[in-house]
Amino acid sequence: MSNTIFDWKKDRSMFPEPDKDGKPVVELDSQKYIKVWQGPNHPGVTGNMALELTISGDEVMEAKTHVGYLHRGFEKLFERRRYMQCFPTSIRMCVPEPDINEYNLSRGTELLSGIEVPEMAGWLRMIALEMARLQVLLRTVPGQGGTIGLGLPAQWGLYYRELILDRFEELTGGRIYHMYILPGGVRGLLPDGFKKRLEDNLVKIEAFMKEVDRVVYSNAVFKKRTKGIGVVPPEWIDQYGATGPVARAAGYKRDVRKDYPYLYYDRLDFDYNVEHESDVFARFHVRRKDVDTTIDLLRQIMAKMPEKGELRAETPNVLHWKIPRGETLVRCESSRGEYLFYMVADGSIYPRRINLRGPSYTHGVVLLEKLLVNANISDVSSIMVSLATCPPEIER
Amino acid sequence: MNEIIEHIKKRFPVYEIGEGPNGVILMSVEASRLVPMLTSLKTNHGYSILVILSTVDWLEDCKFQLTYIVNNPEEKRDLGIRVFIQREDAEMESIHTLWEHAATFQREIKEMFGINFPGSPGVDDQFLLEGWDNKPPMRRDFDTKKYAEETFFPRPGRETNDPAAYMKQKLYPDE
Amino acid sequence: MSEKKDIPEDMFLAPENRKHTVTGPDGEVIHVDPLNDYFCQDLPKVEAPYKGVLEKFLNWARAESLWVLAYGTGCGSIELPPLFSPRFDAYRFGVMMRPTPRQSGVLIISGYLAVKTLKRAIRSYEQMQNPKYVIALGSCTINGGMYFDSYNTINRLDHYLPVDVYIAGCMPRPEAILAGFNKLKERIKSGNAEGANHYAENLEWYKANQKKIIKDWNMPTYNW
Repeated sequence: MSNTIFDWKKDRSMFPEPDKDGKPVVELDSQKYIKVWQGPNHPGVTGNMALELTISGDEVMEAKTHVGYLHRGFEKLFERRRYMQCFPTSIRMCVPEPDINEYNLSRGTELLSGIEVPEMAGWLRMIALEMARLQVLLRTVPGQGGTIGLGLPAQWGLYYRELILDRFEELTGGRIYHMYILPGGVRGLLPDGFKKRLEDNLVKIEAFMKEVDRVVYSNAVFKKRTKGIGVVPPEWIDQYGATGPVARAAGYKRDVRKDYPYLYYDRLDFDYNVEHESDVFARFHVRRKDVDTTIDLLRQIMAKMPEKGELRAETPNVLHWKIPRGETLVRCESSRGEYLFYMVADGSIYPRRINLRGPSYTHGVVLLEKLLVNANISDVSSIMVSLATCPPEIER
Repeated sequence: MNEIIEHIKKRFPVYEIGEGPNGVILMSVEASRLVPMLTSLKTNHGYSILVILSTVDWLEDCKFQLTYIVNNPEEKRDLGIRVFIQREDAEMESIHTLWEHAATFQREIKEMFGINFPGSPGVDDQFLLEGWDNKPPMRRDFDTKKYAEETFFPRPGRETNDPAAYMKQKLYPDE
Repeated sequence: MSEKKDIPEDMFLAPENRKHTVTGPDGEVIHVDPLNDYFCQDLPKVEAPYKGVLEKFLNWARAESLWVLAYGTGCGSIELPPLFSPRFDAYRFGVMMRPTPRQSGVLIISGYLAVKTLKRAIRSYEQMQNPKYVIALGSCTINGGMYFDSYNTINRLDHYLPVDVYIAGCMPRPEAILAGFNKLKERIKSGNAEGANHYAENLEWYKANQKKIIKDWNMPTYNW
């Protein structure tokens, strides 16, 4: 863990001693510190959010997250929309990976009204969810290099992401917002020859990931700038509710697909991708292994799914869909971690409350603020991207 | 699972115990006994993750429902605890001493519903809104459409038709 | 209390932060207050379009180098990175991303604007140099789109910033954005993209609209 090149942390004589909670004592009036705003208009932040950094030299003394730049009041809008109208609105809650919103809302509606989805629709849902995960990972895995100046793989990955978006366009008609998984089932069958074209793309992506390994993963500069940076102590994982790659990089076996199996994930063969160093490099490594897992899962799904079947369950008239009073909790695994909806129905055609709790709610606020203390200012965006903060999830 | 419920039942006055459709056990408890109960769940029963702290506004009953969902990662189980508090001058005990990130939830709830959590760090800071001077927006008596029409400049031409009435008018214009 | 009088106001400030006077090389005495926040208080002026010999050449030159401010204000920004990737390659149209408002000439409002972001978008727009243009992406900038009844997103962008080109869709595909850039080029080449002048002429109206929804206006009227 100790790195001889980065021993700038050792000479701490000019920095203030932290107080008993481990927070540095910062007196802005002493004129040793300056405030720097990273964001909202900054290429290094993930999405439209801001970090208020108090720095001394090039070391961050205190960090504060400012969110709310993307606040649209979704949870208020749901009160005015019927269940079916909620569904196209909800997918805009997380822009990079909208399918998980579709799935969670549909699943919650089905659970509350007691509808069983046909088997074929379940398998098609899994294809959509895994493809969505793959397209996000193709942005974030090479994009991690972009945070420290390796901009080429990030651009390169976008090309391969386009291949998956093409398949999405073929399947659903949309590039970003698919609206494919809807309450009661899915919207369409796989087009003719879809499996073969997807398989071709997966082969290309596998070859590309080997290049990423050579350009980013085994790059000396990348290793030196990510190993030992942004270490999340394992005891913080439960304390702050961290999930997904952050928890897995700290040695915890946490994956919603295995822990709380939904759809038909229990029929697939895959394993937790666990690392132990818990730094930026370990989280990158976990995501890198997730790409392989996702490609493998897509192949397994295509091999195991039935050829034909019912696409949608019998539902009431969707505009007059009264759902009996009840509460439920729906979760699924997004590329960033556990993605969770808490839904309350009150017996009317409008939902009473749909509350989203995404992984960024803690990753982007409490965990990020903690990790940035004593970090070098050049590592800020690297740490931020490794936590995969997605601001629309925090503010909805 | 039943052992834990029996154990909780003995120590705390819980009521309305039920199982949600996804296998989540939900129960209600008096507001004053919530923090001891959560502490006991966290320290003795391994419910170490606070998953969500959510609020539901029951305007017709003049009540707020606070739902604390805690998760046991070893047994992979969730437990939801409901607390009902009065809607006027709503106030609830803060749980940031148990889970630090609860302060974020509480800060958002203070801003969106106006429920105060005395002692929670940064609870009075603005979280999502800036310079908001109306009533807390997530309360059900706040009409977002009326506010948007008054504040922003709606472009004319947006029409909505109730599908049933519209189809009736299309198909049977004489009726 | 009598002791307090002897202490000068700026005793706790570092010497370079105290009020002091500087004599310039030509003998001019300048009073400096380093802690005061200086900004230009002039309001923008209308620049009459150049109608001379070089008009066509200048408009062509402006149209062929559109530098975009890399500020993703809404969800439409998810389609901006693919726009600059090899598949769509906006560079061939002279479109490129710049990190700061001072270097850029096009502000893309990518989707809905929350009130909090609108404040920053106005600042960014006003800091940009002339000639400057605004492209509005998505239906939410036209009439509110999906969020027409939301309490925190604006409905019509043209009441707050002068919009040159709207690109409809939710969200617009990269091809649509490229078509929008071409439309903007046509407008610039024909000399119709006078959004900045329109903003300067109707500044009072724009400012009244902006101040109606931005409740804590803690910045100068016009941010140069």
